[in-house]
Amino acid sequence: MIFLKSSISTRWFWAPSAAPSSAAVSLPDSCEEELLIRPLHSGDIYASFQFRTLWDTDFLHQGKKVSHYRLFPKSLGQVLSKFSVRELHISFTQGYWRTMQWGQPIVPSPPGAELWVWFHNTVADVDGNWKELTNVLSGIFCASLNFIDSTNTVQPSASFKPLGLGNATDHRFLRYATLPREIVCTENLTPWKKLLPCGSKAGLAVLMKSEKLFHSSFHSQAVHIRPVCKDWQCSSTAWELRQTLNVVFDLYTSGQGKKEWSLFKMFSRTLTEACPLASSSKVYVDVTDNPEGELFDLSPATSVLNTAVVLGDRRTYSVYDLTQKETFGQLRSLNLVLRWKGESDMLRPLLHAERYVAGFGLQTGEIHTLIYNNHPYRAFPVLLLDSVPWYLRLYIHTLTVTSKTRENKPSYIHYQPSKDRLRPHLLEMLVQLPPHSVTEVTVQFERALLKWTEYTPDPNHGFYVGSSVISALVPSVVAMDTNNTQERPLFSSFFPTKEESSYFVRVYTEPLLVNLPTPDFSMPYNVICLTCTVVAVGYGSFYNLLTRTFQVEEPSQPLAKRLANVIRRIRGVPLL
Amino acid sequence: MGLLSDPNRRKALTSLLTRLNTPICVVCYLAGIAWFMGLAFEPFTLRTYMSENAMGSTMVEERFPAGERALATAREFAAHKRKVGGMPVEWLVKTMQARGLEVFTQSFTRTLPFPDENKERYMVRGTNIYGILRAPRAPRTEALVLSAPCSPDNSNNQAVGLLLGLAQYFRSKMFYVEFDCTSLSGFFSHHSGMDYTPLQGRAGSIQAALSLELSSDVITSLDLVLEGLNGQLPNLDLANLFHAFCQKIGVLCTIQGKLQRGDWDTAEGYTHAVQTMMLMVLKQASGRPWGDHGLFLRYHIEAASVRGINSFRQYKTDATTIGRLLEGMFRKLNNLLERLHQSYFFYLMPSLTHFVSIGYYMPAFGLLATILLLRALDLWVQLGTPAQVTEDGAVLFIFSYYKSFLSPSVLVPSFKPSMVISHLTGVALYTLPVLSQETAVEHFPVSETEAVVLTAIAIYTAGLALPHNTHRFISGEGTEQGWRVLKLVALLYLAVLLGCTALINFSLGFILAITLVPAAACVTPHMPKALTALAMVLLSPGCTLLYCVFIFQELQEAPVTLPEGWMLFLSVISQGILDHSLYGSLVYPLLALLIYPCWLLLWNILFWK
Repeated sequence: MIFLKSSISTRWFWAPSAAPSSAAVSLPDSCEEELLIRPLHSGDIYASFQFRTLWDTDFLHQGKKVSHYRLFPKSLGQVLSKFSVRELHISFTQGYWRTMQWGQPIVPSPPGAELWVWFHNTVADVDGNWKELTNVLSGIFCASLNFIDSTNTVQPSASFKPLGLGNATDHRFLRYATLPREIVCTENLTPWKKLLPCGSKAGLAVLMKSEKLFHSSFHSQAVHIRPVCKDWQCSSTAWELRQTLNVVFDLYTSGQGKKEWSLFKMFSRTLTEACPLASSSKVYVDVTDNPEGELFDLSPATSVLNTAVVLGDRRTYSVYDLTQKETFGQLRSLNLVLRWKGESDMLRPLLHAERYVAGFGLQTGEIHTLIYNNHPYRAFPVLLLDSVPWYLRLYIHTLTVTSKTRENKPSYIHYQPSKDRLRPHLLEMLVQLPPHSVTEVTVQFERALLKWTEYTPDPNHGFYVGSSVISALVPSVVAMDTNNTQERPLFSSFFPTKEESSYFVRVYTEPLLVNLPTPDFSMPYNVICLTCTVVAVGYGSFYNLLTRTFQVEEPSQPLAKRLANVIRRIRGVPLL
Repeated sequence: MGLLSDPNRRKALTSLLTRLNTPICVVCYLAGIAWFMGLAFEPFTLRTYMSENAMGSTMVEERFPAGERALATAREFAAHKRKVGGMPVEWLVKTMQARGLEVFTQSFTRTLPFPDENKERYMVRGTNIYGILRAPRAPRTEALVLSAPCSPDNSNNQAVGLLLGLAQYFRSKMFYVEFDCTSLSGFFSHHSGMDYTPLQGRAGSIQAALSLELSSDVITSLDLVLEGLNGQLPNLDLANLFHAFCQKIGVLCTIQGKLQRGDWDTAEGYTHAVQTMMLMVLKQASGRPWGDHGLFLRYHIEAASVRGINSFRQYKTDATTIGRLLEGMFRKLNNLLERLHQSYFFYLMPSLTHFVSIGYYMPAFGLLATILLLRALDLWVQLGTPAQVTEDGAVLFIFSYYKSFLSPSVLVPSFKPSMVISHLTGVALYTLPVLSQETAVEHFPVSETEAVVLTAIAIYTAGLALPHNTHRFISGEGTEQGWRVLKLVALLYLAVLLGCTALINFSLGFILAITLVPAAACVTPHMPKALTALAMVLLSPGCTLLYCVFIFQELQEAPVTLPEGWMLFLSVISQGILDHSLYGSLVYPLLALLIYPCWLLLWNILFWK
């Protein structure tokens, strides 16, 4: 065991020392790591890790078998080649992203597990591949992905487009499934960490202590694999493995009144080195709202600032480069400290959504989805994707979309009705959201009676319905701001430039918990007894009454007469 | 059934039932009453026990420290309430936000059909302020509610203070909830079923709710209120949970305001248990929500009210202890993996430690309902007697009944008009009081509320004069057969009505059965008119209500004189109508549209000529 461990670490740490000799040639694979820390408006802290591993191989096009792995995890590489996967996105989330308090996340994900995969268009049996793939991933990530079957898999026609190379549009090769009930914990984090080039031994990954990561308000980890261009000409492609981990730490619970944050407080570790395998290793702190330090104090201060347009907003970041020695200072460790001074308030994100079940009783109900467009003057379209399990029978004729008390007709509707025990409902709609409005989508449903073996072990808890997905191109804040002459020359700001005028956002609503009519499970015995009794006593005798003919019974003959008859019968004389 | 397919044995059985009908009925009635009274006798009842595993075995340690601070907040709230002269909405919103909650408000208005004199209001309006405490790492699917009603006249300040204190405390702790996290949200002054502004924030489906009513800094005991709208009760586990924590923390707890006594074997102990149970029966029968929790129950949300009582006892409990009690209850509820469903939903409680389940109390009602069926059988046999002689086959025998029964000469003139007219009287009783209040106010020197109540009583009384003459206009003379058919129909109708009522609200069904069953069983046209009429009136639903008012006051140890009782009776009627229009309570429509017409049918029989 010890031997095995040491051999692994030798492999890891020998690789970079070999690298400098051939650095100019640039090794086939590369990896980068970064951590973004963003103080949120509510006073919470959002930490987002991103690890990117590039794998310069092109097995899909050449069809050759790849057996040499360096930084890219072999377990995933084999999965990719075996199942002809073009793109794979998987996320595990514990908690719900509070858009109203926290703004938009860098990488959105729904509560529970989400998996969507584009298969290569040479795959003949997509469903077979999908089934096998989910089972394999279930093993890799230690999650119940094997519960993904045809009853919770859909093929969205428009909402999930490939994020990597290639413009595949045939949604027959896409599979999308969510498991809203999936609970994410350390057993999912450990296999995820093992996919990192440095594991959790060095670099940013040392911060990932599960007892701290799961002592938070929100935890989400994801793996995204897609083909990307290797250079700007796109002459050859590479596989990109992007591992993200997003955590929101609560200010109230661990601050003890003091609004102070540090890496050590968040993760019970400080940073001492970069991952030796990584070509870049950086920590970004979002200081956009804090140009003069009125919201918080950040120490140690850094002069390196970076400006980027993220989610339609121009943000400024303090950058700490872990590959530089001076970042760590004299203590040879980096412990960022943030001291809050400001007040927390609610945000009004441009797009947000919520969903709930209305009505009471166990027969029918109504799903309400509210989509808020808080943009003061721009209308924009959104794609709404709803995947509802078959046991909620949607009355699709009751589907209404209203905004500002007027009917809002969707310009595109893709609806696939459910089949009992086979596939879920799929509803996709393109809805135009008027500016500064709430659009309400309602649809009524009937709760199906399940067979008694189909109930979960805790049927009175309720049944989960996965999040709706709202995908939209939202007009960006940067484009709204036409008076921003400080940084840009006047000539650059008259027409909004395309890449800045809108940005892509995916918003997930909360999952629903719906109670289905649940039998009392001690009842079958009682029911069987009762039914048998009723049938035996009630039906039997009633049937008897109805079918029998009744005749007046002769008064029974006296004994002497009967004896006489017996004798007469023997004698062959007619009876009395 | 073999018994019935044999004409001889059937004849023997029916003759036995007909011959012994009256004694059997008397025995059934007495047995029913005795059974009911026996329910409060401790050896006959079950001890309460926690059925829900998730709440039973898990331990929680209560650490709520901030009782004094909560009371300070309460005083601040009271000061702001005085300053604003109503609900200090802005202050509450700000305070709750400062405690780290997501705060939303919802305003509502509802015009009542007539002014409510008890609460001096004509329009129900107000604002719900609710803060949502999001549980960490929970997907917003479930929620628990802790609410405190606060209307301007009601001094429920301490409850609000304690609520805010608890919210702050819960916010600062991160409970390690195993896999199933629930959001905790606080509602203030919850009302529903009216015009309201849309909710801005949502938490998830509500699993359980507690309503806190606390009007003094220290209390001597906590009272648990369970009865909700239309006699609905929360799952018994909620009561068990409350009792378990009272025991654990050492707070005196009561139900119906009655402490439990240990001496069940003495007459006083038994009387005490009967009183407690009778109070529960009367409250449940009234069909009105006896606390703010009552409205949750309609939506199948388990809810109860906890009311702090400050009496003259020596030993006092402070706010910290109540806070710890609530904390403990909430943390146990937080442990729930499923909705509360393990324990009973239909029960009566003679004390907090004992309960009577539906299987035990239903026979009491069943015995009373049997009387109706026996009388109906008796009448059926009497009606069928001529047919029985000519036919001997069982099938033909049954058909002959139908023939005699369904023949138009008997059926149409005898009970249809009475049926229709008595129901029309019922409809008038249901609709006219509210509709005609303006006319009444114009012509008589009464207020609107009085007008409604007095109109209702007037229609009720007028109904006595109306229907019993009707059949004569249509058919001329009532036949002997006619009243029997009418009585048969009335008996079966009453049996069905009471049976259905008892299934939904046992107490109401039983109370009505106690008075209506003897009336229905005994009435014939051949009795001394004046005396029987008096008895009938005394056994009518209206008088039952009057007795209930007096008994309730007696049981609450606040006896009233006759005029006071009468005034109370009037206010109960107006409250019943208001509860119906405001919350959808079903007692008033049930009495007006179904029970009263049914009683009128019986009244009709008495005056049959």
